[in-house]
Amino acid sequence: MILLAWTAVKVGYALAFGLGLAGFLGWVERKQSAVAQDRIGANRAQIFGWRLIGLFHPIADGIKLMTKEDFVPAQVLRPFHALAPALSLGCCLLCLAALPFGGTVEVFGRVWSLQPFESRVGLVYVLAFLALGVHGVVMAGYASGSNYGLLGGLRGAAQMIAYEVCMAAILAAPMFLYGTLDLQEAVLAQGGYWGGWLPAWGVFRQPLAFVLYLVAGTAASKRIPFDLPEGEAEIVGYHVEYSGMKFGMFMISDFVENIVVCGLGATLFLGGWGIPFVSLAGAWGGLLMLASFAAKTCALLFLLMQVRWTLPRFRFDQLLDLGWKSVLPLALLNFLATVWGAWLWR
Amino acid sequence: MTVRPVSRPRRGLLEQSYLWEVARGLGITFRHFFINLARHCLRLAGLRAGPGAVTVQYPDEPAVLGRRARTRHRLLRRPDGSPRCTSCLLCETICPAQCIRITAEESPDPAVEKRAKTFDIDLGMCVFCGHCVEACPVDAIHMDVDQVELAAYGRGAMIWDMPALMRDAR
Repeated sequence: MILLAWTAVKVGYALAFGLGLAGFLGWVERKQSAVAQDRIGANRAQIFGWRLIGLFHPIADGIKLMTKEDFVPAQVLRPFHALAPALSLGCCLLCLAALPFGGTVEVFGRVWSLQPFESRVGLVYVLAFLALGVHGVVMAGYASGSNYGLLGGLRGAAQMIAYEVCMAAILAAPMFLYGTLDLQEAVLAQGGYWGGWLPAWGVFRQPLAFVLYLVAGTAASKRIPFDLPEGEAEIVGYHVEYSGMKFGMFMISDFVENIVVCGLGATLFLGGWGIPFVSLAGAWGGLLMLASFAAKTCALLFLLMQVRWTLPRFRFDQLLDLGWKSVLPLALLNFLATVWGAWLWR
Repeated sequence: MTVRPVSRPRRGLLEQSYLWEVARGLGITFRHFFINLARHCLRLAGLRAGPGAVTVQYPDEPAVLGRRARTRHRLLRRPDGSPRCTSCLLCETICPAQCIRITAEESPDPAVEKRAKTFDIDLGMCVFCGHCVEACPVDAIHMDVDQVELAAYGRGAMIWDMPALMRDAR
């Protein structure tokens, strides 16, 4: 009974983490781009004259999307048109469950795990649900009954499948080093130090895999410079025929996908919830774990957000070339080198 | 026809691998980001710092117009206060938007043949090209009031007549 309640608390935390951060990311995206481009950014939404540097804009966005007319064109396949955004958002929200937001805490004479869904195959679970998100994109494009939407959906399918394959190949190398598919154990495997001072994080043990992971993760979560499935300004994408909160769900699922990718990156390459040279025990240790994981995720999000506002969009053939001809072979070579290296150093 | 060979920069492995170029680009945007952020923070704290943004918060702050900006028209007066316009219709003729409508009447001054009885400019149709100013032989019309907020609630209110166009003293 108490386990069930604790699981509910953890799931609530995961949902709040994903959705809250997704709303916050809307603000970050506006403000970060503005500051990087010598602008001010959205600052008009106010409550009682308080503007709080535009922090109310995500709320205003939400209210706008909720109260907007949910227009459904006549030519759509109705059930699938309605199902697609739910599938998209649901799949990436499910990914959040397996992220290790923290390790284990011993309070009140019990051991509490801070990971909502403890699984021996956490990584496979996350990658599987990230890949399942493709269905939402393709379904949205197909059910729209519009050629623009269909082409966007097909672009999305080709891109996301290409980079999901890359992602699995890239992550094979660090997971081989950690000797597990369990995300919690992967974090623990990064707990040591090299030479007594350098934390044995994945980013130091597998630098090439880390860079490749950032590329593949950006592509898998459809962010600029790989946002060809959407291309909101020029090449309209799979969600052209959506309006109101259904469109909002696609937006949120994009952000949540981004959070999942960055959370997974923080888990596998930045030592997860661990803090070097700090022992995490008790309730305060648990809070520190949560804070550390959130901080590392946010740092990666910050980096990817800056990439988004730095690079122009790739052409689609360049994108697929990069995936199949560069990232995938490099990932496989990296894996081979890792295995040989481990065999030689044995 | 001549051929001009264009030398394109050769792209080596460094450029083709994207990584170095991406890092350089990130360096530029990060530099802007952190300098601007520091300036914003210093200003919020009440300290002196350079501007963190080039934005003009237009409706709150007045718009910054160029010295030669073409803005709303005005009709000029003679030294005795009568309108300079001689109703020659050159501005009405040259206007590409056909937004000027003049009716002429006889002038009481024997040295001047005609004067404008009415002079209407439909600012809802005006494209602010300035051809009327160029065409005027007696320098009777200028576009230098520096007034750009001309919106009205109806099309009728966008039509400015002669008294309104002559109201500006300067």
